[in-house]
Amino acid sequence: MSLVLEKRAERSTRMALLSPVLAILLTLITGAILFSLRGIDPLHGLYVYFVEPLTQLWSIEQLIVKATPLVLIGVGLAICYTANVWNIGAEGQFTIGAILGGMIPVLLPAWQSPLTLITMLLFGILGGMAYAAIPALLKTRFNANEILTSLMLVYVAQLLLDWLVRGPWRDPQGFNFPKTITFDGWQLLPMLFGSVHLGALFALAAALILAFVMGRMLKGFEIRVSGNAPRAGRFAGFSRPRTILFCFLLSGGLAGLAGITEVASVVAQLQPQISPGYGFTAIIVAFLGRLNPIGAIFAGLMLALSYLGGEAAQVSLGLSDRIAKVFQGILLFYILACDTLILYRFRWLKTHVPAAAQPAE
Amino acid sequence: MDASTAVLLTIVTAATPLLLAALGELVSERSGVLNLGVEGMMVMGAVSGFGAALLTGNPYLGVLAAILAGMAMALLFGFLTLTLVTNQVATGLSLTLLGLGLSGLLGESFVGEPGVRLPKWLGIDILIPVSFILTAAVSYVLFRTKAGLVIRAVGDSHSSAHALGYRVILVRYACVLFGGACAGLAGGYLSLVYTPQWVENMTAGRGWIALALVVFSSWLPWRVVVGAYLFGAISILSYTVQTFAMGIPSQLLSSLPYIATILALVFISASRRLTRSNAPACLGQPFVPDR
Repeated sequence: MSLVLEKRAERSTRMALLSPVLAILLTLITGAILFSLRGIDPLHGLYVYFVEPLTQLWSIEQLIVKATPLVLIGVGLAICYTANVWNIGAEGQFTIGAILGGMIPVLLPAWQSPLTLITMLLFGILGGMAYAAIPALLKTRFNANEILTSLMLVYVAQLLLDWLVRGPWRDPQGFNFPKTITFDGWQLLPMLFGSVHLGALFALAAALILAFVMGRMLKGFEIRVSGNAPRAGRFAGFSRPRTILFCFLLSGGLAGLAGITEVASVVAQLQPQISPGYGFTAIIVAFLGRLNPIGAIFAGLMLALSYLGGEAAQVSLGLSDRIAKVFQGILLFYILACDTLILYRFRWLKTHVPAAAQPAE
Repeated sequence: MDASTAVLLTIVTAATPLLLAALGELVSERSGVLNLGVEGMMVMGAVSGFGAALLTGNPYLGVLAAILAGMAMALLFGFLTLTLVTNQVATGLSLTLLGLGLSGLLGESFVGEPGVRLPKWLGIDILIPVSFILTAAVSYVLFRTKAGLVIRAVGDSHSSAHALGYRVILVRYACVLFGGACAGLAGGYLSLVYTPQWVENMTAGRGWIALALVVFSSWLPWRVVVGAYLFGAISILSYTVQTFAMGIPSQLLSSLPYIATILALVFISASRRLTRSNAPACLGQPFVPDR
């Protein structure tokens, strides 16, 4: 008897919906095991990590605040990965968006009008787009692997931010701390309710618009064909380089918007650390959301919960907040593993298939 | 020791982890498996090597632990991509995310602890000659033995190799595990030789540079040596210039290795002759044997 994978005749729709649920369930079970290994009652641990943050109003607001950048970046990446375009440098595009948008309040601290905020947001988007255009052009022009170039640019962007906030853009009244002046007034996003800022609406709008584009418009079809059947796409006259550029500009622009949204709200200034790895966690958001923009909203909330739970676990269980990263990594593994069930099914083979004859020496 | 010898030695020290990790990935890619989790395997090797050496007081056990940690991560990757046929790019990314998180968690109590340094043999770090012996061995096995022929056949055309009766999945598992062992060793080198201490994310993108080096070398082992030493020189140059020229921002110099990686990739990839001739044809493609 041996367990083998067998290709399904067609994609299983049931499994496509079930597999993210299964992945979350398996992550919870693994989490329970992790907690008991650390001598924590697993049920109590799971409650503190995944339920308690949802029981209070202020933490639900925090959940939305944390989900905002994740959804903004995640929907863009979902489109990229659908087209088989591997932008994994969103963290860098996020950083450049924050830098370029943050340039306005840093260089023109006295400028206070609604236009200030609009300019900041536009600069943020343009910064992210321009930075994402680099790996896209290197890919289309020189065939350079976009995974590696976009990732290398993350390190470059973070070093650039580090230099700016320690050097030319440092707040002269900041007691030598590596940070810029604190933004205020029209340099900050207006609040919707509680601690939830306007960025949440941007995230929602981005997801809805992209869901419409992907589901109802030719561009969405073009992107899906380009990812699933590039040859067919070529015959249909869809240009692969243009799809690559489009996907990078779109996801880069959204990551840049997420960057400026974050520094114009939660962070309220530029400093060496402006993101707890949102650009990388958004990769998980894209996959957990089944590369679907609407799915990314739920996935973004789920992963925002993993950040909140990490903080809660630190306070009430005495665990390191790094446990959040571990949960995120494990979740992505389970998502990928469970997705296997969409295209394959497990079957017990009654008799062992004899290995094919070895070729003659 | 005069200044030029000292500089040369630091270049060798910076190049060795890149060389080790890239060699492992090269073998994995030659068998058709693209493992983007090098950074994750490397950082797990670094934390495990450091931890084992610290707890046992024996740096050689640290090296062993680093190798085993890299292999364990590679096994996880292999199970997903080879047995469950998941997307190699996405799985490799998740291996890196998991490795960075898990190593941070495991290494939390090691931060600030003085590490155990791997002793030198006859005045040099033993892993440096090991990296050269490994290069020679990989080159020999890949191009002079039947095993190497099978590995390359599996990487170039898995269905033909399968039709001939070779166990494609098994060969790939072996190559992925070898890649994990090398990446783990490279990580162990960082925490036991390069800077004998544990710092979170101490691999600092070296795993990704190793991946770029495989492309740079156009999948030929001895060219990995050239690439690794070139990058070692660039990263040392950025340190040395820092001490001489006070005016240049240190962040600009620190970003040189990453910028150089991008430029090298562009330069190599633009040449079809270099990339197409040796790239394994089935690189990144899943294989499901038909029954």
